[in-house]
Amino acid sequence: MNEFKISFRVSGKVHVMDLKGYLDAHTAPNLEEAFQKLIKEEKFNILVNCRELAYISSAGLGVFMAFIEDVRTGGGDIKMSNMSPKVYNIFDLLGFPMLYEIFTDEHEAVKKFDAKKQSSK
Amino acid sequence: MQKNNRANKDDGCYRKKEIGTLTSGGNQKTTRLNLRIPSQTEKLNMAREFVADAAKVFGFKEDDVNNIALAVDEACTNIIKHAYSYDADKEIDIVVSMKKPEFEILIEDRGKHFNPNQVPVPNMKEYMSHYKRGGLGMYLMKKLMDKVEYSIHPKKNVVRLIKYLH
Repeated sequence: MNEFKISFRVSGKVHVMDLKGYLDAHTAPNLEEAFQKLIKEEKFNILVNCRELAYISSAGLGVFMAFIEDVRTGGGDIKMSNMSPKVYNIFDLLGFPMLYEIFTDEHEAVKKFDAKKQSSK
Repeated sequence: MQKNNRANKDDGCYRKKEIGTLTSGGNQKTTRLNLRIPSQTEKLNMAREFVADAAKVFGFKEDDVNNIALAVDEACTNIIKHAYSYDADKEIDIVVSMKKPEFEILIEDRGKHFNPNQVPVPNMKEYMSHYKRGGLGMYLMKKLMDKVEYSIHPKKNVVRLIKYLH
C-alpha cells in the first residue's frame, strides 16, 4: 500500500499541513479528518504544503473542494504551496488555480495570510 | 511481471501475460497483460503500478505514464464506489493490450450498470464556484486519455481507455 501522512505545524498564525505520499480514494478520508479537526478548532488560516505529495487523484482534490466554503465563511482560506509539476498539473487540469491560491514557496503563502490580516485590521 | 495467472498471495491480486498475433492486416504482435484486483481502495496502488509499468515498457514518457495511471485509478475508484458500493469481496479486471501506437486498457466489473450519458459534462468554472464534489473522476479521465468509452454487456460493464504513442 502506498503511504500517506499529514503533519501539522504552526507558522505565525497560519496552520500548516505537510502532506506526504499518495493521496487517493483510500487515503482521502485522512485529509478529510484533518480539515474537520482544524475547522472544529476554528483554525481557518490553513496552508497545505505539498512538497512531499507524490500523487493526487480526484478523491483528494474533492476534499479541498468540500471544505473551502466553510473555511472562507470562517474568515480564513485554504492556500497551497510547493507542489511538484506533476501534482500541479492535476490541480491545473481541474481549474483549481481559478479558486485557490497556489504558491511555489510556503513563505510567500504565509506572507499573503499576514498581509490580509494587516489590511483587515 | 509474472508470466502466469497464479495468484500472488502477498497482495491478493492475479496477474497474467499473453502475447498474441490477433491483429488484422499487420504483422505486429499484440501483448496483453491482465491484473485482477479486489474491489478495495487500498489496492488502487496495485492498479496504478501495473499500468504504469506497462506504459513505461510501451515507450510512454513520464508525464503520459502518470496520466494513464491516474485515469485507471479514477476508473477503478468509480467502480469501487458506484458499481460495487464499497463491497470489498468483488473484483475488478484490468486488461492492457499493447500494439503500437495504441495502448488500450479495459477495466471490467460485474456490478451495477453505469450510464455515462446521465453524468453531465461539468462546466468547470461553474462547478468549482459552487464547490461541488464528486464526478471529477470522469472529467479527469477524459482529459487524460485520447478515448474513454463505456459499454454494458450481459454480465459485465467495461470502461475502455485508449492512449496513443506519438
